[in-house]
Amino acid sequence: MKISFYLNGKDTCVDVPADRKLVSVLREDLELTGTKEGCGAGECGACTILVDGHVRLSCLMTAAQAQGRRITTIEGLAENGKVHPVQEAFIENGAVQCGFCTPGMVLAAVDLLDRNPDPTREQIREGLSGNLCRCSGYVKIVDAVEAAAGKIGRGKSR
Amino acid sequence: MTTRMIEVGYPVPRFDARAKVTGEEKFAIDYSREGMLWAGARRAGLAHGVIRSIDISQAAALPGVYAVLTRRDVPGTNRQGIILKDQPVLAGRKVRHCGDPVALVLAEDRDVLEKALGLIAVDLEPLEGVFDPEDGLRPDAPLVHESGNLLHKAVIKVGDARKALGECDVVIEDSFEVPAQEHAFLETENGLAWQEEGGRITMVVSTQAPFRDRFEIAHALGLDVEAIRVVSPCLGGGFGGKDGATVQCLLALAALRAGGRPVRMLWRREESFSAGYKRHPVRMRYRVGAMRDGALHSIDCRLIYDTGPYAHLGVEVMALGMEHACGPYRVPNTLVEGLCVYTNNPISGAMRGFGVCQASFGIESMMDQLASKLGMSRLDIRLKNALRRGDRNGAGVTLVHSTGIVPCLEALGGHRLWKQSAKWKSEAGPYKKRGVGIAAVSNAIGYGRGLPDSAIARVDLTKEGKIRIYSSVADMGQGNSNAFVQIAGQILRQDGSRLEIIQPDTDLAHPSGSSSAGRTTYTYGNALIKACEDLREKLVHRATLLLMLDEPAGLVLLPGKVKHLPSGEEVPFELLGRVLSETDRIAVKEFVMPVAQDNVDSAKEFKLGFPHVLFSYAAHLVYVEIDELTGKIDVKEYLAVTEGGRVINPASFDQQVHGAIAQGLGYGLMEEVLTERGKILNPDFTNYIIPTSLDIPDITSVCVETEESTGPFGMKGIGEVGTNAPLPAIAGGVEDALGRRIRRSPLTAASVLAAPGGKGATG
Ligand code: FES
Ligand code: FES
Repeated sequence: MKISFYLNGKDTCVDVPADRKLVSVLREDLELTGTKEGCGAGECGACTILVDGHVRLSCLMTAAQAQGRRITTIEGLAENGKVHPVQEAFIENGAVQCGFCTPGMVLAAVDLLDRNPDPTREQIREGLSGNLCRCSGYVKIVDAVEAAAGKIGRGKSR
Repeated sequence: MTTRMIEVGYPVPRFDARAKVTGEEKFAIDYSREGMLWAGARRAGLAHGVIRSIDISQAAALPGVYAVLTRRDVPGTNRQGIILKDQPVLAGRKVRHCGDPVALVLAEDRDVLEKALGLIAVDLEPLEGVFDPEDGLRPDAPLVHESGNLLHKAVIKVGDARKALGECDVVIEDSFEVPAQEHAFLETENGLAWQEEGGRITMVVSTQAPFRDRFEIAHALGLDVEAIRVVSPCLGGGFGGKDGATVQCLLALAALRAGGRPVRMLWRREESFSAGYKRHPVRMRYRVGAMRDGALHSIDCRLIYDTGPYAHLGVEVMALGMEHACGPYRVPNTLVEGLCVYTNNPISGAMRGFGVCQASFGIESMMDQLASKLGMSRLDIRLKNALRRGDRNGAGVTLVHSTGIVPCLEALGGHRLWKQSAKWKSEAGPYKKRGVGIAAVSNAIGYGRGLPDSAIARVDLTKEGKIRIYSSVADMGQGNSNAFVQIAGQILRQDGSRLEIIQPDTDLAHPSGSSSAGRTTYTYGNALIKACEDLREKLVHRATLLLMLDEPAGLVLLPGKVKHLPSGEEVPFELLGRVLSETDRIAVKEFVMPVAQDNVDSAKEFKLGFPHVLFSYAAHLVYVEIDELTGKIDVKEYLAVTEGGRVINPASFDQQVHGAIAQGLGYGLMEEVLTERGKILNPDFTNYIIPTSLDIPDITSVCVETEESTGPFGMKGIGEVGTNAPLPAIAGGVEDALGRRIRRSPLTAASVLAAPGGKGATG
């Protein structure tokens, strides 16, 4: 089945079985391996993408469900080679260890800050609770999201 | 990379962070090749049984199936295992745990693969199984291996512990139990392999031990070690679970039978649970005797490790646990008995804390109880007995290196969280009980005796004039690569834009052992210092020649060049890169770790992995609040004081401390691999719960720096030590709150409700 969607700012069309997992379409057919698969069952958040700006788990979506949507994967977050403030904050705050959860975590944080630009640490923890990280203990990830919120906030008020 | 100067001692952002936040970093799981086949194993699904027959005909006939292999198709010994080779690549005669592979399918895609695996008919004659290590030691127990169920028995002995117990003012006795823990790295075991023209196999695999993997594969499949190349990109977590063959032998077998096509193997999450390694379940019995003033006089204990059906690193895990069974304390008389037993449970193996996690729960719980019995504070009793440099530890080894447990405990005692603990406890709200727990732990570094712990570092000036490090120890996320970049930047005085690092590739780098045992940065880092110094000297000497100077005096390395300070003349690296011959641009140096020199005359049963001489130390404190109605345990505050010599990167240091604590809190509060007759009941993240961002509090990490004179820039590894303390600290906190000790982990709401809060002191 032919499926078209708007992926990372580009019109994209794939010809795949309608029930193929979206994560496989992204990782295998489109070779966008930044999206990770850690469980395939909606439990770890490694496959997080943004669909029309909202967090979705690509391992729980079929290719058909992508039809006509605006999809952002981690590869589409940087603009003109400049990383997103959330990405920058992850780098600067030591929020990256093995990095396997990072793409999903970053996208979850982007969505969180979209909905709540000035979250408390507790709200950040809640917002990221669907994304497992086995390396970090989350402390520096929460630090990073807090720092990014500050930066984005200042950017907007300018 | 940035043009920031890269130096030792600063929280330099990790060089790999940018590629990881943009999704560019390629893990083994992200590699693919044109015409790739998918390989998968049919698992036994039964814990113990004789294989009557395996019917592959239906699977083989399925369109899209390339090949179906069984034991008969395995060339070589069919045996894998790091030290004792008792694990089949494909089971042929019998199966010893549910995850044993009995057939290997190669298929055009994942869907066909799954379908084919389901079509293989395995006829197994069930055998009675061993599911409890103590049952396994009974004379009439069914045999997991014909050699018997006792894999190993050992005794560490200093003085005469049993006699000494009679001399003590107080003696306490107790037992503890811990279950299996899953590594739960987010990137499951996987790899991609293909046969080159001429027959050589190249494998890109998520592994902690690329160099050793070649030997395992070669032995199992009857290949020449040189005929195998292993490449190990950054790992999506390892924690010990990727130390030793996971997919390697199966994947190499598949590649041999794929007609030159590349083959990928990727374990699904459930498969990672059923076939992967676990932290050993352990049962412990302790008798501890002390004098009235709190001085430990004797420890007599026995630890039983359930190693599952295969040895893997079971004996070495037990050895390290036994070595730490008396804690970071001075004890003149010790008797530590260890039994490592085969069962038909999932395979136990290496995991961060390597046997020590379990023993720390035992000894630290005893220390708490000793404190109450003697009316001492929990901190004072630990300080009283804490090892100082020059003391002999419970295994009889003289501590000649940095020994920082006393400063850790002192820092804990001086921290506001310790000082305010009574006040905090008194402010518990209605239906809440509060408690404070502490734990003092250590963790050995390196392989120990019996095997030289060495690393060989290589650093090049590239043709293009960059400094390139060829790492040969995998980076599973702990940030050793970043430390290497810092070391090279420091010695060669370079900025980030000039430095590159290549992840381990057995064709390019030199054998340096595994990424494990808190040795990774210590051992390779030491070798790298020598290699960088060698390269620096070469570059200065060649610049002397190019500038036609009499002698190298006055020449220094600066970012991208060698400069003659007196004259201001410069030789850019680009020029050196062009004019130097290849061999002249390479520096290779080796380092071998020191070993214990005491003539320790017990535990001769351990051929390797005992004893150690270098340790890192930590003291942790936890505030727990228990909801009396639901039994829920909340961790409100967490303090970790860690001593690991000097710190190369404070941010990486905290990352390791935080991560170790998170895994330790999971171990203490929620994680347990549940089995029934050897079958895992919770083989996924829906049922095996690991901590989320809501379960881990903000952690206060305090670093106590000492100078480890043998370490690179004075450092020691601290990746593991932090895992050992959370469980005993929580158990102490819960006891403090409830007045009753829980002796089995994890400490869950259910175990709290089963332990009604009473005023009665514990035994
Ligand atoms: S892979 Fe989608 S949630 Fe784990
Ligand atoms: S950084 Fe490894 S899982 Fe999060």
